[in-house]
Amino acid sequence: MKKFVNNVEEILTESLSGFQKAHPEIIKVHFAPDFICRVKKPAGDKVSLISGGGSGHEPLHGGFVGHGMLDAACPGQVFSAPTPDQMEAAANEVHNGKGILFIVKNYSGDIMNFEMGADMIDFDHETILVNDDVAVEDSTFTTGRRGVAGTMIVEKTVGSLAETGASLEECKLFGDHVNNVTASMGVAFTSCTVPAAGKPTFEIGAEEMEFGVGIHGEPGRKREKIKTANELTNDIINSILEDLKPDKNEEVLMHVNGFGGTPLMELYLLFDVGQKILEKKGINVVRSLVGNYTTSLDMAGASFSITKLDEKITQHWDSAVHTAALRWKI
Amino acid sequence: MNSENIFLALKNIKKTIDINKDEIEKLDQAIGDGDHIFNIQRGLNEALKLETELSSLSPEEVFKKIGMKIMTTVGGSSGALFATLLMGMAKKYSKELNDLENLAAMFYEGVEATKKRGKADLGEKTMLDVLIPVSLSLNKLKNEKNIKIVAEKIKMVAKEGMLSTRDIMATKGRASFLGERAIGHIDPGARSSQLAISAICDEYIN
Repeated sequence: MKKFVNNVEEILTESLSGFQKAHPEIIKVHFAPDFICRVKKPAGDKVSLISGGGSGHEPLHGGFVGHGMLDAACPGQVFSAPTPDQMEAAANEVHNGKGILFIVKNYSGDIMNFEMGADMIDFDHETILVNDDVAVEDSTFTTGRRGVAGTMIVEKTVGSLAETGASLEECKLFGDHVNNVTASMGVAFTSCTVPAAGKPTFEIGAEEMEFGVGIHGEPGRKREKIKTANELTNDIINSILEDLKPDKNEEVLMHVNGFGGTPLMELYLLFDVGQKILEKKGINVVRSLVGNYTTSLDMAGASFSITKLDEKITQHWDSAVHTAALRWKI
Repeated sequence: MNSENIFLALKNIKKTIDINKDEIEKLDQAIGDGDHIFNIQRGLNEALKLETELSSLSPEEVFKKIGMKIMTTVGGSSGALFATLLMGMAKKYSKELNDLENLAAMFYEGVEATKKRGKADLGEKTMLDVLIPVSLSLNKLKNEKNIKIVAEKIKMVAKEGMLSTRDIMATKGRASFLGERAIGHIDPGARSSQLAISAICDEYIN
């Protein structure tokens, strides 16, 4: 394993410490229990959004804490759900009079720990479960579909709605809606290496790819011989569209997400291919996001997320955001 | 039942888990992401650090404090579930009962809480395939005077439960594309639960 490490046990703490020092104008990090919150608590009453999950997916979720997105993020150990005391401490810190909205990717461990955390707080709270991955219905980690790169689209749009002073119920309903009109799928060329394990999570041949891979390197639909970007993008887009069933002339947001080990150059190539495929089907890509936003440590590969847009989603996607990883109109 | 023998059990569990570390890791990597063993080891190490602090507390307090420690240090599904199991067990300790009666009542309560937390039951390829049969057997055997017989029986039931998870995936075949790859793989949570229970049984068998 070649990684920048001093002591494997301290990776998360050292990384969080660096994150805090790099973005002091946006976030602060609380340690033991660990959570990241905005450096300045929003002035007006608003629903407070808290997300979290295992580390190793950076910038998800800590990179999305800030104006227009999350109020706090709880990072667990690498690929392990955070613990309930983190959610409790974060909720106590960021609660702002209108309740807590937890945004949780649909993994059994995350759900259980967020539930236990919610049991420990006295505020009104709701939970949005994100399950945008169309690759597998049930996996070893989940009952139902997994939550992957579409999560940040939910966080961006619901975060924007929350800034307007919308109620907890409105935010919850809107988040569920965005999740319902978002679908994702990815493919991996290599495994990732969990630092504590020190070796690749799965073995994969030089000419193979894992089609429908999960963001922890867990199995997807099938192991295949690698294909051209055109062919594999076509397979991915078709799987997503089977689920989303867009209308002719539907306007969509297309997010090409890198898993951490694929160059941006290739991600933009994928965006080009995806856009052409959708155009041929009469679907208009009117909003875009390309980059490493929901990563799987050092895995090479990428995912597509597509969201069917309506006026409200578009408005909340376009609105101002100021976080470590996403920043526009500010 | 006292703090000393609860910690003795923990130390024996740690010894067994450490010996079987690579196997648990491989089971998890086969169908998961391989973090289960690190979480379990971290939790055991943190719990063992409490030995002096908890040495004069009652069993219910010891179980509760260890449960809280597991809850805050392990993470993942296993952290939530093992913490729920231990904190559930803490609720049912009674000074009126003997050790075996206590253990049976406590374990039943803990397992019920774990089922609720995990929204799972028997036959879903989880640690509950070990915990539920063990809980039922403990309650059947709670009046048995020969503790060695109880330990041998529980050890066997735990092993059968653990092995059953290998076939569940094959027959139930969750998602077919995963099912094919997962055939023959024992659930890592079931394996670590079974190892922990066996470690405690061995104290009374040998």
